[in-house]
Amino acid sequence: MNEIIESVKNLSIGFNSQKGKQISILRNVSTNIKKGETVGIVGESGSGKSTLALAMMGYIKQGLFPLKGECLFKSEDLLKMSSRQLEKIRGRKIAMIPQNAGQALTPNLKIGYQIDEALRLHTDLNKTERDKKISELLNKVRLPSPETMAFRYPHELSGGQQQRVAVAMALAGKPDLLLLDEPTTGLDVTTQAHVLELLRFIAKDTGTSMIYVSHDLGAIAQVSDRIVVMYAGEIVLEGPARKILKEPIHPYTYGLLKSIPKLSLAGLPASMPGSQPQPGSINEGCSFYDRCNLATDNCKKNSPDLEHIKELDTNVRCFNYKELINQNNNLQTSITKKSNNSEANEVLKLKDVSISYAKQKFFDQLLNKISDQNPTVKNINIDIKKGETIALVGESGSGKSTILKSIAGLLKTKDGQIKFENDRILSSDLKMRNPNDLRAIQLIFQNPDESLNPNHTVEQILSQPLKLYFNLSGEELKKNIIDLLKKVRLGEFYMSRYPRQLSGGEKQRVAVARAFAAKPDIILCDEVTSALDVSVQAAVLNLLQQLKEDLGTTYVFVSHDLAVVRAISDRVAVLYQGRLCEIGPSQNVYKFPSHPYTEVLLGAVLEPDPDIKPKLVAEDIVEEKPPEKGCSFQGRCPRKIGDICNSEVPPWQIGENGNAIRCHINIEELASLQQ
Amino acid sequence: MLLLILKRIGLGLITLFIVSLITFVGVEVLPGDACTTYLEREAYGAALDACIKRLGLDIPAYERYLDWASNVVRGDFGYSLSGEMPINEVLGPRVKNSLVLASVSILIGIPLAIVLGIITALWRDKLPDIMISTITIFSMTIPEFISATLLILIVAIWLGWLPGIVIIPSDATFYELLSNIILPVVAISMIMTAHMARMVRSSVIQVMASDYVQMAILKGVPYWKMVFRHVLPNALLPAINVVALTIAWLLGGVVVTEVVFNYPGLGRLVIESISNRDLPVVQALAIILASIYVGINLIADLMTLMLNPRLKSLQIRK
Repeated sequence: MNEIIESVKNLSIGFNSQKGKQISILRNVSTNIKKGETVGIVGESGSGKSTLALAMMGYIKQGLFPLKGECLFKSEDLLKMSSRQLEKIRGRKIAMIPQNAGQALTPNLKIGYQIDEALRLHTDLNKTERDKKISELLNKVRLPSPETMAFRYPHELSGGQQQRVAVAMALAGKPDLLLLDEPTTGLDVTTQAHVLELLRFIAKDTGTSMIYVSHDLGAIAQVSDRIVVMYAGEIVLEGPARKILKEPIHPYTYGLLKSIPKLSLAGLPASMPGSQPQPGSINEGCSFYDRCNLATDNCKKNSPDLEHIKELDTNVRCFNYKELINQNNNLQTSITKKSNNSEANEVLKLKDVSISYAKQKFFDQLLNKISDQNPTVKNINIDIKKGETIALVGESGSGKSTILKSIAGLLKTKDGQIKFENDRILSSDLKMRNPNDLRAIQLIFQNPDESLNPNHTVEQILSQPLKLYFNLSGEELKKNIIDLLKKVRLGEFYMSRYPRQLSGGEKQRVAVARAFAAKPDIILCDEVTSALDVSVQAAVLNLLQQLKEDLGTTYVFVSHDLAVVRAISDRVAVLYQGRLCEIGPSQNVYKFPSHPYTEVLLGAVLEPDPDIKPKLVAEDIVEEKPPEKGCSFQGRCPRKIGDICNSEVPPWQIGENGNAIRCHINIEELASLQQ
Repeated sequence: MLLLILKRIGLGLITLFIVSLITFVGVEVLPGDACTTYLEREAYGAALDACIKRLGLDIPAYERYLDWASNVVRGDFGYSLSGEMPINEVLGPRVKNSLVLASVSILIGIPLAIVLGIITALWRDKLPDIMISTITIFSMTIPEFISATLLILIVAIWLGWLPGIVIIPSDATFYELLSNIILPVVAISMIMTAHMARMVRSSVIQVMASDYVQMAILKGVPYWKMVFRHVLPNALLPAINVVALTIAWLLGGVVVTEVVFNYPGLGRLVIESISNRDLPVVQALAIILASIYVGINLIADLMTLMLNPRLKSLQIRK
């Protein structure tokens, strides 16, 4: 059990900057992987975790090169091997499960061929044995009908199925070490939980060592025996998983854990100030100095070494770690937020809204109508009060973003009305809306990299809505821009910057500022924190909440992340296949009784706590389109009672907590079932 | 799938119809008519009357269009004015000559372009890439009339290896042609190969940087196997459309090269018939060139559809 499989020694990897300077993105990393052990490598984007993982396969990305150190696999240095030698090890001794299987499977080759290729390269089996093995492997990763699966192309599978194929491919060579690079990122919550379950099973079943790289402490917590925390290219904390997650003794890990929203906590997570330093910008002192609340003058001048603490079996890179020992109770706290006034007027009403993506037939085009009996989004009724944050949650394909787009006027509705202020009907066509209505509803997008024009400075970006809606110019315009930047906690000097000169969090702040520039009544937030690192996510959530409390804005917040929704929203609407399942005040939606779909979602959430295991109650099947009649969730419902679910749309039932559930099961019965 | 092909063919036919209409209307609205334009100063009296009669210019325009169009559909383009012979007889040898020039250029140029593109991509920023890329960019930037003239100067005049211009009748046999077309083929291939090699290069580089290639490397797939199974099929797909456009360009007559080498192909016929004001031939050429473009692009689209499993199943599902 204690045999070391792979050992990284003093590894530094870097690149040459345009000025000819050597810049390292991995600095002096040493760690050991033992046989049968699962090590989680966690860090935010840019921490060097993927570079480390790939180096452990002897693979260095183009443009990078090793500066010093070695990667010893069974005491042979992978970094010194020829590509011939590496071909013998990769796939056979060390196999990789990639981040995005959809892109990591070659699009023109069938699934069966790609697995067969690994078998041909790494085993001595003949054709019939290999065919049998392919079925076996596909079966092992629990893919439906493995015989026919082999003849499909990658794009014909769902995201979760593609990930399973990647796992099967990695297992083909019976490797000693499996490297998993963010294997569940980008999958739906339920799929993610299923894939993790599969990986855990495989680790146990085959005794393979695993290196699990992720930014998601929730996923890491579910699989790891040991955790390595990376920050700015260094290991800052390393130790047994439970210790790291429950009693972190490095201020970065501590802050990271606090900034993760948790299902059990209402209120917002605490954020960490600042962001990770760019590679090459650290000259002296601790790389976490700027963001650390334990920092002293010593930390500024000297960089701490990785210190081994025997009694905790932990390595830590901090001078002042002792202050964090026995501080773990504080992890379970959050910032309480002011809830909105429930007496407020309704500002936006969705009445029987249906939206269809079906292509208009020729005649319908003439009559300007859409005839689709089974639209993507159907009969949505939501009243939104002024100053409240309502969240729309669901997995991909639930129609949440579709609804958001049609509120914004980007997508025509098929039926129903969107009413704004005093029951005035908003046209579903953007061109028919008056300028004041356009100003009143603003949108913040998921990815600020794509929503900010890369050729505009921050000043130009923010001046556009101010010019358009308020005709500002000159000094007044500038004053307003500075005010906006101040609101989102950015200094005046950001005005002349281009988006590429900002960090992810700063960019999203600019996007928030742009939305607020219009002095809107309603802001539509489309997965606004999904592309951000956790510590930055917490800061943006806090910012949004603060702005709302100051300005009384209403948010419609779309997210797939139930913990984030729990943190920010006053009310939650749960959607499945474009149909509402449950709606109510958020503290109640997160309590039972729930709609069976909400139950499934809540069960699948991964918490950064090794003691809270996800509950898998439903299969992670992907449904192409909503069922034509009956309950929208009939295909996957773990509590389906019979034919009535297939034939009749379930009625709304109001529970004692005020949340409405659409289910055929009596609400009291549901409560006792879910106890 | 069949429905899609029929739909695309239908669209192609509509395009051709519009082209025919535009050329016909274009000729109509020009001052004068085919006869006055052609006869110029002799456009009076019996000669003009005879001409008008022969071309049927005395009947209304729409009737003439229908007449002309229905003949074209049957493969009859009417009479050329200058040669006073059926246009089909004028066109036949020219089409053949252009086909020979184009197919030889295609057979040499396209494989060469693909190989060069792959080499430059795989040895990116190394010596082979730098050398080949410099040469391709160089031959791409020189206009073809200069490179063609230089070729004649060096190979034909200084070295005296090959004939400088093609002096053959337009109805020469295939073998007579072959020995004469080496220089034109080189001139055409230089530009064509350069363009396509650059295209293939960037496409291969893009695929080499993809996640699935990284995955194949990490799976332990040997280098050349990875190149042939994982990289090339995906990298060459987008090249199909460029190849198609190039083929269409070649078949439609490489005007400049044909003129420089005095090659009796379609391109030179275009120039000749325009300067002879032979409007019926111009009309016929417009239709033929348009059909070549439409046809080749149609084939290219269908090929992409067949070879790309992603598009194929998308179409079938619809």
